Amino acid sequence: MAKVIEGLYYSESHEYLRVEGEYGYIGITDFAQNALGNVVYVDMPDVDDEVTAGEDFGAVESVKAASDLISPVSGVVVEVNEALEDAPELVNQDAYENWIIKVSISDPAEIDNLMDAEAYTAFCEKA
Amino acid sequence: MDNEVKNKRPCLYDKHVELGALISPFGGFEMPIQYKGIAVEHQAVRTKVGLFDVSHMGEVTVRGKDAERYVQHIFTNDIAGAPVGKIYYGMMCYEDGGTVDDLLVYKMGENDFFLVINAANIDKDWEWMTRQAADFEINLENRSDFYGQIAVQGPESEATVENVLGLPCKELTFYTVKTIGDVIVSRTGYTGEDGFEIYASHDYIRACWDKLISAGVQPCGLGCRDTLRFEVGLPLYGDELSAEISPVMAGLSMFVKLDKAEFIGREALLRQKTEGVARKLVGIELADKAIPRHGYKVVKDGQEIGEVTTGYRTISTDKSVCMALVDTQFAKLDTEVEIQIRKKTFPGKVVKKKFYEKHYKK
Repeated sequence: MAKVIEGLYYSESHEYLRVEGEYGYIGITDFAQNALGNVVYVDMPDVDDEVTAGEDFGAVESVKAASDLISPVSGVVVEVNEALEDAPELVNQDAYENWIIKVSISDPAEIDNLMDAEAYTAFCEKA
Repeated sequence: MDNEVKNKRPCLYDKHVELGALISPFGGFEMPIQYKGIAVEHQAVRTKVGLFDVSHMGEVTVRGKDAERYVQHIFTNDIAGAPVGKIYYGMMCYEDGGTVDDLLVYKMGENDFFLVINAANIDKDWEWMTRQAADFEINLENRSDFYGQIAVQGPESEATVENVLGLPCKELTFYTVKTIGDVIVSRTGYTGEDGFEIYASHDYIRACWDKLISAGVQPCGLGCRDTLRFEVGLPLYGDELSAEISPVMAGLSMFVKLDKAEFIGREALLRQKTEGVARKLVGIELADKAIPRHGYKVVKDGQEIGEVTTGYRTISTDKSVCMALVDTQFAKLDTEVEIQIRKKTFPGKVVKKKFYEKHYKK
């Protein structure tokens, strides 16, 4: 059973958002890393790039395929997780600990469009 | 779940389900893509031994008075004077040089041939072969539904086939075949390692599978079959060969015997060989870790000059490399090119399209 954490927000494309003040940490869920298999490369944006809710900002790649990363909220990238450049497998080891980008959230109202842990758990069970 | 209705299931389907394989449609079949993971299975084949279900492959027999003349007519390689037991790799081509399929031709006896074709092409090939057969006194049979097939691949494959399956195979040299009763065993494969392929009835293949799994042989899915064949530069029909991509464009001229008097596509391929082709298949290595994938554009000075056919971050050598079809003027080794990956372009250079050395036992 895929791990889902209380207090995070989730998208239908299996990204999570952890909100800390005006910032948000974005990564892929445990369900997503499990479905992908061994992650061999994470394509990340640059700091200061803008991301838009519902649009791709990079990709997570397994041996077999590339899977787009869709931003759950709009904002500006303030940090990327550089550890993933040399060790993309960290995403498999702990998807929630190893976020991919940190953004300053430009429209907090967008968070309301995301699922909470309970709704996401139900969503995964249907998938 | 429309796919499950439309796709066939190989005779080992229930075994794959039992082993917890990830199963996906491939070439009209529900095939195992991976069991433990592509990288683990890949390394099992490179370092020890791995077991593949390749029952989706098609088999056609050609027998009768004109069998050899017929195979010579549809096949780009030259089987004239071949000894019984020899196997040839080559293509069937259209008149314009485009590829119908790539295949293996096994010489089982005088005027008795066993052709192994790609799963996705079985219907198309069968239609093509029967259409070409009119002027020949032959008996053509599509045996694809009868034969199951497994591949045992890797440096320990000989010992495994001998000891676990009890099939004597030591004396088989590379690209030769023998029959043991109704069982066909050949020293062939699609991984760049030493290995064997076994063709037999579904019951026999199922019994072999059980013995090999019980002996601890790693089951391997089509995922690593693709990474293994890619690393050693072997083409896959649909990626590196197609109705639009001739064997000459794909750099496979050594399997096209233009000195043969006649075969379908010869004139066009001869023209391609003497006058040159518009695009050629090359290898490209990226400096960055980004991964080129099938269909991505190859770019030079902002102009599109080609397309990626297969690409990976290689498991054996940990490099981002691909095979790509590019305009011939950019096909020289060390030519600097770029590959468009999502929103960015990444620099790379043209290299040999063999990213890992083959380890055949010849």
